[in-house]
Amino acid sequence: MAAITLTVNGARHQVAAEADTPLLYVLRNDLELNGPRFGCGQGQCGACTVLVDGVPTRSCVTELGTLAGRQITTLEGLASQGRLHALQRAFIAEQAAQCGYCTNGMIMAAKALLETTPEPSEPEIRDALAHYLCRCGTHNRIVAAVQRAVREG
Amino acid sequence: MNAISRRGFASGLLLSFAFSPALAQQTTPIAPRRLPGSLNTNRRLDAWLHIGSDGKVTVCTGKVEIGQGAVTALMQIAAEELDILPGRITMVSGDTALTPDEGVTAGSQSMENGGSALRYAAAEARAILLEKASARLGAPAAALRVQDGMVSAPNGNGVSYWALAEEGLLRREATASVQPKPPAEHRIVGQPVGRLDIPAKVSGQPIYVQDMRMPGMLFGRVVRPPSYAARLISVDLDAVRAMPGVVAVVRDGRFLGLVARREEQAIKAQRALAAAARWEIPASLPEPAALHAHLRAMKTDDTISNEKHAEAPAVAQRFSASYTKPYLAHASIGPSCAVAQYAEDKASLRVWSHTQGVFPLRADLAKVLGLPLDKLRVTHVQGSGCYGHNGADDVALDAALLARAVPGKPVKLQWMRDEEFAWEPYNPAMVVEVSAGLSAEGRIVDWTHDVWSQHHNNRPGNPTRGINLLAAWHLEQPHQPPYPRALPQPAGSGDRNAVPPYDLPNQKIVHHLIPEMVLRTSALRTLGAFGNVFAIECFMDELGEAAGQDPVAFRLAHMKDTRARAVIEAAARLANWQPGARGDGSQGRGIAFAKYKNVSCYVACVVEVAVDRTTGEIRVPRVFAVVDAGQVINPDGLRNQIDGGIIQALSWSLKEAVQFTPQGVTSRDWQGYPILTFPEVPKVETVLLNHPDLPPLGSGEASQGPAGAALGNALKHATGLRLRAFPYTPDRVKAALNRS
Ligand code: FES
Ligand code: FES
Repeated sequence: MAAITLTVNGARHQVAAEADTPLLYVLRNDLELNGPRFGCGQGQCGACTVLVDGVPTRSCVTELGTLAGRQITTLEGLASQGRLHALQRAFIAEQAAQCGYCTNGMIMAAKALLETTPEPSEPEIRDALAHYLCRCGTHNRIVAAVQRAVREG
Repeated sequence: MNAISRRGFASGLLLSFAFSPALAQQTTPIAPRRLPGSLNTNRRLDAWLHIGSDGKVTVCTGKVEIGQGAVTALMQIAAEELDILPGRITMVSGDTALTPDEGVTAGSQSMENGGSALRYAAAEARAILLEKASARLGAPAAALRVQDGMVSAPNGNGVSYWALAEEGLLRREATASVQPKPPAEHRIVGQPVGRLDIPAKVSGQPIYVQDMRMPGMLFGRVVRPPSYAARLISVDLDAVRAMPGVVAVVRDGRFLGLVARREEQAIKAQRALAAAARWEIPASLPEPAALHAHLRAMKTDDTISNEKHAEAPAVAQRFSASYTKPYLAHASIGPSCAVAQYAEDKASLRVWSHTQGVFPLRADLAKVLGLPLDKLRVTHVQGSGCYGHNGADDVALDAALLARAVPGKPVKLQWMRDEEFAWEPYNPAMVVEVSAGLSAEGRIVDWTHDVWSQHHNNRPGNPTRGINLLAAWHLEQPHQPPYPRALPQPAGSGDRNAVPPYDLPNQKIVHHLIPEMVLRTSALRTLGAFGNVFAIECFMDELGEAAGQDPVAFRLAHMKDTRARAVIEAAARLANWQPGARGDGSQGRGIAFAKYKNVSCYVACVVEVAVDRTTGEIRVPRVFAVVDAGQVINPDGLRNQIDGGIIQALSWSLKEAVQFTPQGVTSRDWQGYPILTFPEVPKVETVLLNHPDLPPLGSGEASQGPAGAALGNALKHATGLRLRAFPYTPDRVKAALNRS
């Protein structure tokens, strides 16, 4: 098993895992991060989403070996100087979670959306989240939280 | 609370007041006075509350957080009655070593049972503290005021709860003799207090059982049979034993599993083990196209859920109809997960689980594993939303069976997506046949309702013989599930909400319980209510139409209950309901009403649809809901539940059905079981009718029945098509439109 170097939330880590290991397990088990969550392992639900060079990426189907030199950002990496990111604050303000298991994917996808489209329309938000599943029916609050984050930046 | 601070509790911090059910029972008189809610079965004050000299209060509840905000609402109740700020409270929930046994967190009972217990326990604790303060301050208790635990006398002298707190203060039997505050004085209850668990969930702090990490922890995976009836012919374990990281491989009957050092190693070994097993797969399930006819013809145990007869006008016209719904999956976003750890000597076991009932789970685990109850501790840690009895309990037994092979080591096991879909206990498919007679004046004279369904509540902890844990059925010495028995009205099971809420002179409701397991079933939000309300409320529209009356007016004409009338009328106003308005072939709206379990929360929904007649696709732009949940404890949490319930029910109605063939279940991923997505989710406008003077009513399951039935009525109103089978997928709608 070779050691692979990963850059996650700005810090470099040496990880002893096979190159075909899905990134998700390394983030959760080696780096002890909790944001990305296992939902399906098949790229269908979005619960495991991280940003790779700013692009929302499903870590459950992304192999470690493809990530050399890439910048990986997880939910934990959004806060800066001890202050939660505007999206995280907005999710709290809107109480935009029931079980919250999907929340990571929603926030990471919204973060990527706001990078490219700083003032998205409501349909644009819904489209950007179309492939992120929520079972609790929290959708409308999640949309409201993204809109609040846009307003309150 | 997260897993780590939970373990802090485990280390003995609170053991000084740990609750002993056995002790409580010994000291309980033969015929004790009935106490409110769960206080009746957990009668000691120190089972519920601990006031610390450090200014902190611990509240213990047997109810658990399953993503519905129940624990936050319970905290509000305790803070209100104690007159302290919520920030002082630590909630300890669902731990067989630390909390009262409140059965399962289900049936929207947390406020009704857990809430009233805590309310009376906290009010009594406050009175005990005030009595001590009164002696200390030399002022009558009635003259004292409390602000955030600071007690002050009229002369300005004061003493805090924390100075008064002492060991054993609440070590006494509850009497429920202290009246809780009148609602007019509430300052915390009734407020939209933020959920305790949301900050952790948006920032990635460990909060789920999936996030637990312990020193030396290993990862488990199981290999399930390819179908319920599959027989294991042979399996080669040696090749898997030799794989990198594999620590143990377990075979017991047709239960197969393994433990590995790293999670991805466990998953690779799981695939290899699955490939190494040869199975015989008999055809054991009905043809899916004939499912409902098959269910209708099965042997049943029948009970009359309700019957009444009275003088009534003659029947002028008769009507009957048959409604069906398919098997539905809980389909939690996060597959079920547990951590189990045997002691080195295998004499005791700890389990961390997102079960809805730590005590019932412990009871079944103890039987399967042959451990005495007091050697087995089950601690609740949150999981993904479950909406009822999903794989949470099953995976706990899986983890325990694997942990037994590596004593001393914690084993974490999360099901893969396909295991969750294929093995969770589904919400049963149902057939509902309704018939009614109308008088010449267009009033309902008589009504029958016959419902066929497997059981909706096959949870662990059944006190009779039998085990409701999946792996137990696959062991070399297999256990059997208990024989399912109908649960009494008004809660019921397959016949939940089968009794029409209207005032009808004659009615007969019969529950035909199918005891045999076709697909595995158990509790999903609302149990049978979703199917029964679908049938009743759509049939009401059919009858109203035959009587030439508007749906709102026809319902009100048969309804005396003033709270029910109020929500129906308010929903019509909210949705700007125009009596007699016609659908235009593609756009329309429908209304439906239910009083959950016939005794609980009132909800009326108006659903608007836009139907594409060429594709059969139904879009739902807007839903309106009016809710009477009695006293509102947390309006924001209540809205979250109602709106979430509506969206989930529309997903069930529009899209969902567990797919199978005679060889087994084929819905194994999100493509095989699609759910509603963001662009398809309607706007929901919800109005709460608060009754602070009435008891709070659970709301987590109140909106689904009305939402689904209102969709059915909206489709009819828009297109003229009365479709009596869920789901309303585009191909089925299109085919039905073409036929009509
Ligand atoms: S867990 Fe990665 S997409 Fe579902
Ligand atoms: S909040 Fe539970 S899955 Fe979205």
